[in-house]
Amino acid sequence: MDQLLQHLVNGLVLGGTYALLGIGLTLIFGLMNVVNFAHGEFYTLGAYVAFAALGWAGVDFFVAVLAAIAAGAALGWVCEVTLLRPLRGESIDTTMLVMIGVWIVMQNAELLAWGGVAKSIPHPFPTAPLVLGPVAIAPLRLFVLVLAAALIAASWLLIQKTKLGRAMRATFQDRDTAALMGVGIGRIHAATFALGSGLAAAAGALLGPVFLAYPSMGDLASLKAFCVVILGGLGNLPGATLGGLLLGIAEELGAGYISSGYRDAVGFVIIILVLLFRPSGLFARQERIA
Amino acid sequence: MVRRSIVLVALVLAALVAVTLPAQSQAPIKIGVIEPLSGPVAASGNYIRMGAEIARDWINAKGGVNGRKVDLLIEDNKSDPKEAASAAEKLIVRDKVPAIMGAWGSSMTLAAMPKLEEYGVPMVVETSSAASITKRGNPWIFRISPPSEMEALGLEQYVDRLGVKRVDFLAVNTDWGRGSITAFGDMLKKKGATVGAAEFMEQAATDMNAQITKIKATGGDTLFLTTAVEQITLVMKQAQEQRLGRKIVTTGGSSSPTQLIKQAGAAAEGSYHIVFFMPWFPEAMPDGRLAKAFVDEWAKRGHPFEGLTEGFRGHDGIATIAEAIRVAGKDEAAAVRDALWKVSLMGVNGPIKFEKDGPAGKESGQSKPSIFVVQIRDGKVALPDFLAKK
Repeated sequence: MDQLLQHLVNGLVLGGTYALLGIGLTLIFGLMNVVNFAHGEFYTLGAYVAFAALGWAGVDFFVAVLAAIAAGAALGWVCEVTLLRPLRGESIDTTMLVMIGVWIVMQNAELLAWGGVAKSIPHPFPTAPLVLGPVAIAPLRLFVLVLAAALIAASWLLIQKTKLGRAMRATFQDRDTAALMGVGIGRIHAATFALGSGLAAAAGALLGPVFLAYPSMGDLASLKAFCVVILGGLGNLPGATLGGLLLGIAEELGAGYISSGYRDAVGFVIIILVLLFRPSGLFARQERIA
Repeated sequence: MVRRSIVLVALVLAALVAVTLPAQSQAPIKIGVIEPLSGPVAASGNYIRMGAEIARDWINAKGGVNGRKVDLLIEDNKSDPKEAASAAEKLIVRDKVPAIMGAWGSSMTLAAMPKLEEYGVPMVVETSSAASITKRGNPWIFRISPPSEMEALGLEQYVDRLGVKRVDFLAVNTDWGRGSITAFGDMLKKKGATVGAAEFMEQAATDMNAQITKIKATGGDTLFLTTAVEQITLVMKQAQEQRLGRKIVTTGGSSSPTQLIKQAGAAAEGSYHIVFFMPWFPEAMPDGRLAKAFVDEWAKRGHPFEGLTEGFRGHDGIATIAEAIRVAGKDEAAAVRDALWKVSLMGVNGPIKFEKDGPAGKESGQSKPSIFVVQIRDGKVALPDFLAKK
């Protein structure tokens, strides 16, 4: 029983990180119809910006996270304006290939800039775990979970309740009509891509100190983010959140009670089942943004 | 105008011939190297490349091999077995190297091996520890790193003093990790220890909390951990977060204790590490002078100290191949293979000499490297407490 509780806590913490990875991707995928293979690289970028800010500039942890978000959003904006804007109206395959190119360029640039040796990102939290009865959780992981929830909620509010969010939804439902109503289409695309990239960078800055920062760290992040998007449905923020938690808990229980050698397989079996029986995502009943 | 061009072309051609003629008789000896220079274990591969470059420069400074300079052709296997096989093919077919050093991970080495047999080119294996590498009957394989069985035997004498009674395993889900669990499990069972959980993690995995929770429930006293330094760091940090409270022993020699102290901090305190080079006290190595010279040269080049426990493999691998080419008297693959059976040299790790291993008639070569145990105590690398007390 104690073991099950600890597994559930582990799964919740892991799932929270998956959700944070997934929401940025689901926004770009669902709203812009761009398969962003470089998502994991914005995650890596966030981790390295946090490393530089904390390790070199010696700033506060929150400032470092904000710097990472700013860097991710800025680079996302540049990517959209220079690479995706000229291709608007092209097929989804074309933009996907461009993003694969961005992925390769960014990952190798990171290898060149930082070297292959993993970096440990300092953080201000105590390493001794918080103990609640039979379960233990590291203060840093709890903080990441809380901040992830806050970021997800803020993104949801932005899209549902603000004028910018309304313009985003309108643009991706019907671009021409939105343009006729006076929405600046170019700006909306760039803002959406910047928001998604900023969220990925935030995930990197938050998870970098939990794990390690190294140039290929984004590959696993991308993979998990795509799983979450498939589970939750395209462009569906609550779906991505629940999908992330589901994936985290499924992997954790699979590793704990079936076999740790097949840990990732458990997640993929769920995805195959979802694609077979609910191809538009587990939570597709809710209205999709796009 | 036309005539002038013709004269010019002729002059250029003549100059080219003049340059290439002496160069051809003095053409450098090419040695192929296949290492993971990118991907999850890139750090290790790059350290081995640095060590290999030191060996090359030392050999060339002494006049090369048989009067010819040594040139390294280094290929990246991207930590991926498929890439390792195509890198081997490229080095053999296009660059016509007479020998290769590689390919770090057991899965990568195993993937490259059929190419060696197909084209008949020897490979000196500098890191991989899966037993199957020298047991498959591939007569082109010469290994200077210890297979897990040899490592387990090296540790056997310390098991009682380590106080290992109930042991759990956590290993990377590759040929190396799985082979290591079998080898150390067999040795420990023979010594009367009971084996609890045997858990796996994917090479790129970062969250091992599920495995740690499961291991915690077995109530053992020691955790044997087999993976590269990045994952060891993560496991130690997460074990501390879950208050696992076990003795940790890492196997495979890729633990880089200095890097662990930097990155895992207090979580690494007290852990034991099987290593094949002790750069912290080079004078304790079989050839103290060579070990010291290597550590000094490494520092002079500005390479990070934590890379030394990998870097020496690169030196020893290239030194072995160069010695074989010297013994053979020519840089032809078959002659180098035959000469590898005759080499006997001193590496940074210790004496290198190949003995037959694997099915009769198609044996691979296996050297018997030196094996050491160190401990992280008070934030420093030291000889283990049970040895220091004596």
